[in-house]
Amino acid sequence: MALKIVKGSIDRMFDKNLQDLVRGIRNHKEDEAKYISTCIDEIKQELKQDNIAVKANAVCKLTYLQMLGYDVSWAAFNIVEVMSSSKFTYKRIGYLAASQCFHESTDVIMLTTNQIRKDLSSPNQYDTGVALTGLSCFVTPDLARDLANDIMTLMSHTKPYIRKKAVLIMYKVFLKYPESLRPAFPRLKEKLEDPDPGVQSAAVNVICELARRNPKNYLSLAPLFFKLMTSSTNNWVLIKIIKLFGALTPLEPRLGKKLIEPLTNLIHRALDLLYGMVSKKNLMEIVKKLMLHVDKAEGTTYRDELLTKIIDICSQSNYQYITNFEWYISILVELTRLEGTRHGHLIASQMLDVAIRVKAIRAFAVAQMATLLDNAHLLTGNMQRNGICEVLYAAAWICGEFSEHLENPIQTLEAMLRPKVATLPGHIQAVYVQNAAKLFATVLKGQEGNTDSTAAQETSQLMIDRLPLFVQSANLEVQERASCILQLVKYIQKLQQKDVEVAEEVSALFAGELNPVAPKAQKKVPVPEGLDLDAWINEPPSESESEDEQPKAIFAKEEPKHSRPRHTEVDEKELARRREARKQEQANNPFYIKASPSSQKVYQDTPGVEHIPVVQIDLSVPLKVPGMPMSDQYVKLEEERRQKERAEKKKKEKKKRKEKRSGRGKKQDSGPESEEDITPAHMVDIVTEEMPENALPILILFYFLSVNILLTEMIAFFWPSFKVCDIQGNLQDGSQVVVSVIFENKCDSFLKSMEFNVLDSLNSKLQRPEGSGPHDGLTVPFQLPPGVSNEARFVFTVQSIVMPQKLKGTLTFIVKNEDSSTHEKLDFKLHFTCTSYLITTPCYSDAFAKLLESGDLKGSSVRLEGVNMPFHHLLARICFHHHFSVVERIDSCASMYSRSIQGHHVCLLVKTSGQTVSIDAKCDEPTLLGNVLDEIKQTFSQC
Amino acid sequence: MRFMLLFSRQGKLRLQKWYTATAERDKKKMVRELMQTVLARKPKMCSFLEWRDLKIVYKRYASLYFCCAIEEQDNELITLEVIHRFVELLDKYFGSVCELDIIFNFEKAYFILDEFLMGGEIQDTSKKSVLKAIEQADLLQEVTWTPGKNCYV
Repeated sequence: MALKIVKGSIDRMFDKNLQDLVRGIRNHKEDEAKYISTCIDEIKQELKQDNIAVKANAVCKLTYLQMLGYDVSWAAFNIVEVMSSSKFTYKRIGYLAASQCFHESTDVIMLTTNQIRKDLSSPNQYDTGVALTGLSCFVTPDLARDLANDIMTLMSHTKPYIRKKAVLIMYKVFLKYPESLRPAFPRLKEKLEDPDPGVQSAAVNVICELARRNPKNYLSLAPLFFKLMTSSTNNWVLIKIIKLFGALTPLEPRLGKKLIEPLTNLIHRALDLLYGMVSKKNLMEIVKKLMLHVDKAEGTTYRDELLTKIIDICSQSNYQYITNFEWYISILVELTRLEGTRHGHLIASQMLDVAIRVKAIRAFAVAQMATLLDNAHLLTGNMQRNGICEVLYAAAWICGEFSEHLENPIQTLEAMLRPKVATLPGHIQAVYVQNAAKLFATVLKGQEGNTDSTAAQETSQLMIDRLPLFVQSANLEVQERASCILQLVKYIQKLQQKDVEVAEEVSALFAGELNPVAPKAQKKVPVPEGLDLDAWINEPPSESESEDEQPKAIFAKEEPKHSRPRHTEVDEKELARRREARKQEQANNPFYIKASPSSQKVYQDTPGVEHIPVVQIDLSVPLKVPGMPMSDQYVKLEEERRQKERAEKKKKEKKKRKEKRSGRGKKQDSGPESEEDITPAHMVDIVTEEMPENALPILILFYFLSVNILLTEMIAFFWPSFKVCDIQGNLQDGSQVVVSVIFENKCDSFLKSMEFNVLDSLNSKLQRPEGSGPHDGLTVPFQLPPGVSNEARFVFTVQSIVMPQKLKGTLTFIVKNEDSSTHEKLDFKLHFTCTSYLITTPCYSDAFAKLLESGDLKGSSVRLEGVNMPFHHLLARICFHHHFSVVERIDSCASMYSRSIQGHHVCLLVKTSGQTVSIDAKCDEPTLLGNVLDEIKQTFSQC
Repeated sequence: MRFMLLFSRQGKLRLQKWYTATAERDKKKMVRELMQTVLARKPKMCSFLEWRDLKIVYKRYASLYFCCAIEEQDNELITLEVIHRFVELLDKYFGSVCELDIIFNFEKAYFILDEFLMGGEIQDTSKKSVLKAIEQADLLQEVTWTPGKNCYV
C-alpha cells in the first residue's frame, strides 16, 4: 500500500497538469484532435489510480476539454469521487466540473444528495459555498425536494457569505420544487432587512424575480420595498426594485402616486444624462420620446421639468444639434398645448430667438404663429393657469414683424383685435397693439393696389372700431400705444377718404429689419479711417475754466491763485506720446480688456458693416404644413432626407470610383453615418463671436520664472526668496522657497474669488498669515477677466531639501458668466525638485580645488549615453536647468559648481567622449547629490 | 440570465456558464451559432441583439468577447454592467487581466464568476467582498497559487 502511494506521487510528477495541457494544445495547432485524444487516454489512466490528487488533476483537465466541446460524460462518476474529497482543493475542482458537465439527465446526480448535504453542513464556510454554487447549476427537482430544508436553514447561517448564497439558490429551488416556496417565504422576506448589504440585495433579486412571475402575491411587500427604495444607495438594488414596482403598480394604482417623488428624483438624473447624449442624429428621436412622456406625465412639476429639459437639449450650443427648424417650431407649438405650465415665457423666448435668427424659417414660423393667435382662446381657456399665454406675446410679435410672410394678414389682424384680448396681461396686450399697427400697414399695402378702395377703408374702420377697447386699458403702456395708434389710423382714414395713397408712408413707419446683435458685435466693427477714438472730441477742459465758475469769495478777497499755464494747444507729437503711454498702461493692466489684434486685422482692409459675420442660410426643405403642426412627421421626413442625401453621396462615390476604376475597388463604407455627414436643413445665424475651439472653462496653469523644469502635472518653477546665504547656511533663511504662480484665464468667463491651497507635508508647509488655520487657503489677490494672466507668489517653508517633493493642492474659484456663477476647483501638484533648491553660485578654481581636497565630500557618478550635442551645449544645459556654474573647462572636460540654499556644496566633473558623458560628482549630502544627478539624467533623457 | 460565454475573436470558446440545465448538443449548437452572429457584427453596432427568444448582450474587451443571454424582461443595461463588473473582478484578481490568464487559469475565472453570479443572479455587488471570498478560498487550497504572470509559453 505504502509503495503504491509512493509510486502514485512519483507518477504524478510526470503527469500533465492543466497548464501543460493548455500549452500542449496551443503547440499542436495542426493536429489538435489527435493530441487531445492521446491526452484523453492519459486522463483515463490517471482516473484509474487511487491517488485523489491525480484524479482531481485529471478532472480539472476534463473540465477544460469539455469546454472545447469534447464529450466527458463518461467521467461523471469520477467527478462525484473528486467532489467527495475531504480536501477543499479537490472538492472545489470536483464541484466546478459537476457544475459544468452535469445536467438533469445525468444519472449519477442521485448519488450526490448525501454528499451535498454533508458539505452544506460543513463547519468550513467555503465547503458550504462551493456546494451551493455547484448545486445552483445542476439542481434537479429531486435534489431540490431533498435539500430544500437544509438550504432554508442556511438562510439563517451566521456567516453572510453563506446566507446570500442560500438566499439566491432558493430561487432555483423554488423553480424546481414550488412547494418549498410557502414555508420558506417568511424567512426570505426577513432577509430583505438583513444587516448585510450583500444578503439584502440577494433577497431583493430573488423576490423581484419571483414577483415578476406572479405579482399579485407580492403586493403586501410594497411598503417594505418602498422603504428600501428610498433608503438604498445601491444602484443595482434600485434597478431591481423599480422593476418590481413596474410589475406591482398595475395591480395597485395607489402605488403610482406614492412613487412619483422618488422616481422623479431618479428620472432627473437620467434627464441630465440625456443633455450630454444628444447628437444631430438622435435629437429628434430623443425629443420624440420625451414628448411622449410629456403627454403621459401626471403632475405639472414633472411635466414642466420635462419641458425645460426639451428646450435645454434643443437649444444647447446655439442649436448645434438641430438640423430642421420647422421641426423645432412644431415642437414648441406642441408644447404650448400643455395645460398649466409655468414656462410660457421660456417657449416664447425660444420662438422669438429662432424666428429672428433663422431667416429661412420665418415664413413657416409666421404661419404657425398666426394659427396660434387664431386659436388663442384654446390657450387662454383657463385664466387661472395662464402661464402659457406668454407665447402669445411671441406669436403677436413674430406675426407683426414678419407680416410680409402672412397668408391672410386680415384674418390675423382681426384675431389680434378681438375683445377677448383685453383679458390678457398688460405687457402682452401692448405687444398686440403695436403689432396690430404693423399688420395694418401690411394689409393696407396689399389692398391699395386693388381697384376697390373700400377694402382699405374697411380695414381702417376695423382698427378704429376695436382700438378704443385698448385705450381704456388700465395698463398705461397699452393705453399709450393704443391712443397713439388710434389717432394715427383716424388721420389715415381721413386721407383715404380723399383718395390719397398712404400705404407706402404707413409702411415706412415700420421699415427696416431688426437684426439680432451679439453682445460683442461692436468689437467687430472696424474703426473708419481717419477716426481716432483716443483723440479729444472737444478741447480738454482746462483748469482755468473751472476756476471761473468757482463761487466768489464772500467774506474776504482771496489772493488770486497762480494759475498754471494752459495747455489747450497740444501738438500732434504730445498727443502721440500720451496715446502711447496710455496704451502701455492698458497693456500692463490686467483688468483692461484689450482689443484682440486678430479681429482687427481681418476687417481692416475691407471696412463696412456687412462684415459682421452672419451665416448664410441654405434651405433645402420647402414644406408647408397647414394647421397645427405635428412634429412627428418631421422625424420621418428627416429620415427620408438623410436617406436621400446618403444615396446621393453613394452615387457620387460610385461615380468617383467608376472614374478611378484602377485595380482594386475601395471597400465601400456602409457603416453608420458620422455626425459630420448630417447637413442641417437650416442654419442658425450665429451672431455671437466665433465659438472658441474648446469652450471649456478650464484655464490656469502654473509656471515659474527662474528655471524651466517641465513637469508632468503642472509647469512649475521655484526659486529661493533670498540672495546668497553664507557658507554655514542660515537655516532660518535656507528654509524658505518662494513659488511664483502665473494664473492665466483661458476661458471666456470672468474668474474671481480664487483661493490657493496646498496640503502641507511634514517637510514643506505653505506660509499662511498669522491667525489662519493649517488648512486654510490663501486668497489670490486679484481677479481674472478672460484671457488675462497675472502672477502671485507664495512662500513655502521647507525643512529638508535633500529629497524632491510633490505637494498636492487645489485652486478654488468662481466662474462668473453673464447670468450665472459657478464654483469650480482645479487640482494640481507642485513639484519641488532638488534642483530648485540649488542656487547658481560662482566659484574660483583654487577654492574649488580646496573644497575637493578637504575630504568632506562624498562622491557619486552617473553616465549618460547617446547624448548627441556639442560639449558647450551640454554644459549650458546643465547650467541653465540645474543652476550650476562652470569653474573651469579644459577640452572635453569641465568642472562645475553649485550650492544649495542650505549651503551644501555640489561639485561636478563632466567628461565626454563620443556620445557618452560621464559625470563624477561630489557633495557633502549624498542623498541630495543622488537626486540632483537623477534630475540631470532626466533632463538629458528628454532631449 | 440564461448563460454567459467568453470567446476570442478567432471564435475560440474561453469560458461558458449555463444557468439553466441544457443538453450538451444544444449547448454546442447555440454556442456556435451565437459566436458566428456576434463575431460578424461591426464594432459600431449595438451591444444588444435579439436572438431566438433571448436577448444577447455582449461587449468586447481587447480580443475577448463577453456575451450574456438574458430573458426578454431582463434589463440589457444592467447586464452590460454585470459584464463590466466581472471584467473588473478578473482584472483585480489577475492584475491587468489578459486572454492568456483566462486560458491558463480557467478554473480561477470560473471561481470568480461563481462568487459574483449565482444561478444567473448577482450574488454580491461589492467587488471587495467577492475578491475577499476568493482570496479566503484560495488560502484553503493546498497548492498556494499567487496571481501573477506565469510563463504561458
